[in-house]
Amino acid sequence: MSAIASPRNAVVAARAAFGTSSTGQIYGVLVLVLVVTWSLILATGGNINLTNTLVRSVALGIVAVGQTFVILGGSLDLSVAYQVSVTAVVASVLMDGDPGNIWWSVLAVIALGAAIGAINGIIITAIHINAFIATLGTSLILRGALNATFDNYAGEVPDEFQPLGYSRFLGIPYSVLLLLAIVATGWWILRYTRFGHHLYAVGASEETARLSGVRSGRVLIGAHTICSITATLTGLFIISRLSAGAPWVGPDGNYDLESIAAVVLGGTALSGGRGGVLGTFAGVLILALLDNAFNQLQINTFLKDVVRGVIIIAAVAIYALRQRRDVR
Amino acid sequence: MSTVTGIPPKGYQAIPDDSPARRVLRGMLVTAPIFIVLAILLVWITIENPNFTDPPIFLLFLRRAAPLMILAAGQLFVIISGEFDLSVGAIITTVVIVAARLTNGDPDRTWPVIALLFAGGIVVGLANGLITTRLGVPSFITTLGTMLMLNGATLWWIGGTPKGSLPDNFRQWGRLGIDDVPWLGQLPYSVIALVIVGAFGTWLLHGTSYGKQVFATGGNPRAAWLSGVDVPRVRTVAFVLSAISAVIAGILLGGFTGVSPSAGEGYEFQAISAVVLGGAVLGGGRGAMIPALAGAMTLEALFTLLNLLGLPQPLRYSVQGVIIIIAVGIAAFRGRKTR
Repeated sequence: MSAIASPRNAVVAARAAFGTSSTGQIYGVLVLVLVVTWSLILATGGNINLTNTLVRSVALGIVAVGQTFVILGGSLDLSVAYQVSVTAVVASVLMDGDPGNIWWSVLAVIALGAAIGAINGIIITAIHINAFIATLGTSLILRGALNATFDNYAGEVPDEFQPLGYSRFLGIPYSVLLLLAIVATGWWILRYTRFGHHLYAVGASEETARLSGVRSGRVLIGAHTICSITATLTGLFIISRLSAGAPWVGPDGNYDLESIAAVVLGGTALSGGRGGVLGTFAGVLILALLDNAFNQLQINTFLKDVVRGVIIIAAVAIYALRQRRDVR
Repeated sequence: MSTVTGIPPKGYQAIPDDSPARRVLRGMLVTAPIFIVLAILLVWITIENPNFTDPPIFLLFLRRAAPLMILAAGQLFVIISGEFDLSVGAIITTVVIVAARLTNGDPDRTWPVIALLFAGGIVVGLANGLITTRLGVPSFITTLGTMLMLNGATLWWIGGTPKGSLPDNFRQWGRLGIDDVPWLGQLPYSVIALVIVGAFGTWLLHGTSYGKQVFATGGNPRAAWLSGVDVPRVRTVAFVLSAISAVIAGILLGGFTGVSPSAGEGYEFQAISAVVLGGAVLGGGRGAMIPALAGAMTLEALFTLLNLLGLPQPLRYSVQGVIIIIAVGIAAFRGRKTR
């Protein structure tokens, strides 16, 4: 125990706490973005609102945690945007304005989400369809089914469900607590459970993992199930801030590509096996801080996309360069 | 593959088991499902609409299918080389909007603007390729970034709503054709462009050493590099080809459908679906030009058929999703069996 006192072990311990050393880098970037955007906002006479920024990152943050799981496993999920919409509409219809329906409606949509995720995982692992095509396919199927059934707000969200979106506990919004709890759970699963370790192994090399006795198919199906459950939770959070669910909430939020962007911005390798949810959390916060800065500085929203594109490419290029230097 | 092991005996001569005819036949067999699906769809369309096989009507169908097929031809090079190009939809939107704003209805500006669009497309393709290969950014992220940048920059430039209009001599490429062709009636310019792109693409991919290098790069980049293939350059050229195909598709679509900020929306996923329907494997190394074009035509035939059947608009997405998963699933199954 006394060894912990030495600085070297402190670094090791810090690295262990953050998962990988690249997570340290991304938090450095986060601090830099925070300082730059906040100085700009303050310099132009705006006001800083950390809670507001956090609340704005909840919807993307939750689903990005799930996306981290599938990307770590070497897969990806392009269907999360429509899963968010399916959840929003189905939950709103099931609740139908009656607070007594809340608990079983929530369980029902989580079960539905888990089923969609499991189907994604089975298509990918059992039929051997590339994850990109498989989830693009399920995304199209969900999109068609959803838009054929609903074309406007549907059902009614009871007022009793709104505290998730608006109320606070000790000054912290419930939604932020939910996001922190999900990030913590994701971190714990990846770091301390057998499933988490197997997921890294499968992502690094599916074949090696399988030959070492890891049931890679089951691991990937599990990761996809988790990812879809987080999409469900994002959908539930979104309707807690609306009076009813609408079929466009998912694609309008662009959760499919944005969540993937947040994950890789957070230092997780798109090829799998490297990264973690703490990095993703930082990636989501960076995107939210930029959003906040652009809104406060009243810069054209289209220009925001240009800057986002530059930042995502630049960040991943830096990770790639460092990776190569590490290997040498 | 030949299964020669150990040291060949004296006087041994390798039998070329890879004659071009055999290669084409094997390619057809591996990718046959898409031709069967396409044939079924075309027959079904003909049953629903007996006029469909009249040359002028079929040419109209081809005219509508041409942009996606051209796009698929470009995307195929990128996919076989082992990468993705998600930026093509944004390139199409940019082409349409920039052309309308810069020509502003003035026919004298058409040719300079078209030249400028091709130059811009080449720059975007080069950027995609160089960022991916020289900086080591996965192409999914590179092209997602250029997609965000192109869409953002164009909409920023025009302030959110399209400005200007396309002159008739720009729009003619997507709308008109050579009139009074015997038997065919009007031969649309888009179909001519499609034939040229298809022939050039087939030659480049299956008849040149560059094509062989594309397959080698996607099949095993390290092995290709060690055997002297300039992998980064091969991939960069593939991205440029894809971007050029998107510019052509954008010019045709601009004439055909008009100016809108959502002109190219979703085309990146459709192009990738088409190529994969045509038997190409994401991850690289496998694919062929004619089946990829057939994949794109299949998607358009599917849209036409669902239109004729009067299926509710949204359900078309579902059918498209089911078909993609089933077709790729069958291909994956056959791929494993033949191994």
